[in-house]
Amino acid sequence: MNAKVHVQTKINGEQVDFLCEPRQSLLECLRDIIGLTGSKEGCNDGNCGACTVLFDGRIVTSCLVLGVEVQGKEITTIEGIASPEGLHPIQEAFLENAALQCGICTPGFIVATKALLDHNPNPSEYQIRFWLANNLCRCTGYDKIVLAVQDAAGRLAASKN
Amino acid sequence: MKWVDYAQPSTLDDALNLLKKHGDKAGLLAGGTDLLVLLRANAKASDVIVDIKSVPELNQIKFDNNSGLTIGASVPCHEIYNDSNVKKYYPGIIDSASIIGGTQIQGRASLGGNLCNSAPSADAVPGMIAMGVTCKIAGSNGHREIPVEEFCLAPRKNVLKSDELLVSLNYPAPKPNTGARYIRFIPRNEMDIAVVGVGVYVELDNNKFKDVRISLASVAPKPIFVKEAGDAVIGKDVNEDSINIVAQKAKEAATPITDMRGTIEFRKHLCEVLTRRALITAIERAKETI
Ligand SMILES: Cc1cc2nc3c(=O)[nH]c(=O)nc-3n(C[C@H](O)[C@H](O)[C@H](O)COP(=O)(O)OP(=O)(O)OC[C@H]3O[C@@H](n4cnc5c(N)ncnc54)[C@H](O)[C@@H]3O)c2cc1C
Ligand code: FES
Ligand code: FES
Repeated sequence: MNAKVHVQTKINGEQVDFLCEPRQSLLECLRDIIGLTGSKEGCNDGNCGACTVLFDGRIVTSCLVLGVEVQGKEITTIEGIASPEGLHPIQEAFLENAALQCGICTPGFIVATKALLDHNPNPSEYQIRFWLANNLCRCTGYDKIVLAVQDAAGRLAASKN
Repeated sequence: MKWVDYAQPSTLDDALNLLKKHGDKAGLLAGGTDLLVLLRANAKASDVIVDIKSVPELNQIKFDNNSGLTIGASVPCHEIYNDSNVKKYYPGIIDSASIIGGTQIQGRASLGGNLCNSAPSADAVPGMIAMGVTCKIAGSNGHREIPVEEFCLAPRKNVLKSDELLVSLNYPAPKPNTGARYIRFIPRNEMDIAVVGVGVYVELDNNKFKDVRISLASVAPKPIFVKEAGDAVIGKDVNEDSINIVAQKAKEAATPITDMRGTIEFRKHLCEVLTRRALITAIERAKETI
């Protein structure tokens, strides 16, 4: 019998219940079942990083996670980055440094950058490029993105002082 | 991908029972970075995805000074390279675990999955072969243990029977005067498939080679152990000449093909250059352990 699975998880701090087929990726569940369409599908095979989310604090490509695997876990998506007061400093830095053109890669870059700066508040250019190697951008070019990440690191450091 | 069921056994016995029942139609899920891509491309068909990450034996890292390091088959790369014992005693493992895919892939991908996927280019496998790692395999008829160099047979083929799974990888206890290194050549700095990969392990004794083990990836239908390359210099002084002998033997052992990533000649040349470089770093590491 092909029964859908009931999954209970925490997304962006809120308890979420959903029903999915075992074969459905977390990305499909987020976008098509839960209605969180901020995470994007670029390649659906782990290469582009547009679908990046935090899974128990680690970044993963949500196209290569099954929805059923997040039972009892914690997920943060791009929708969980800004606060009701306004954009997150990383988002401001991307905007002000023109680190996006079409923007399809941007949610993935921002979630990945959040994880990087949480774990290494002052990364070198090399560390930034290495960390973000799983995120592809077809239009902006990586220099502006790296500059935005460096700017975001500065903003976050300043806001802590 | 057609309809597939999902099971999440919490004990090894439950996992083995599912394997016995479904055989080849059970798709074992560790990090899924190979499995889900294959299923989605219809390159593999499974009736049930068996998520093995809740089986305790498959999901732990254990270290003991005498018996060595045991890495459960489904432990993801990021847990491996952040482990304090791995950092301290096994830098050669980090060489592989930190270059499989990018940060996101490393949040999921396991070394066991890398071995069981059995790609000729698998980045974790040459290091395991060089370091003399053994695989613990469980099946309905009990356990067996084999050296990693006997595990892979051909692209995507290995010795596992349909009722068996890989439990863990067992790295020998750390010894003084030993060092390991894995390097690969890829056109980008990261996120690509190895054109050639080389794993090296050395044990030194008063500036002589006591043990040298070389393994190559992407130059044959499976990662290979080039025993003769290391054996050629056992007892010899550690110097440029002996390092060149090992590199030359590695080049001679390679039987690569020409494809879009590189020609036969280029790959053979890479075997020599990368073996030399990897050996030099492994020697430096061995000297640091004194
Ligand atoms: C974007 C991207 C980049 C990548 N880059 C690299 C790279 O640089 N280098 C590299 O070597 N690989 C790379 N890979 C391939 C893949 O990430 C690795 O092979 C990884 O180590 C697989 O581990 P996993 O835990 O995700 O395996 P899974 O996909 O879960 O499993 C792999 C295979 O082994 C089987 N299996 C898993 N565990 C067991 C077990 N315990 N017993 C028996 N069978 C088992 C599965 O059924 C499946 O067939 C990349 C993949 C992607 C998508
Ligand atoms: S859509 Fe997931 S990595 Fe491209
Ligand atoms: S802004 Fe278009 S892909 Fe990056």
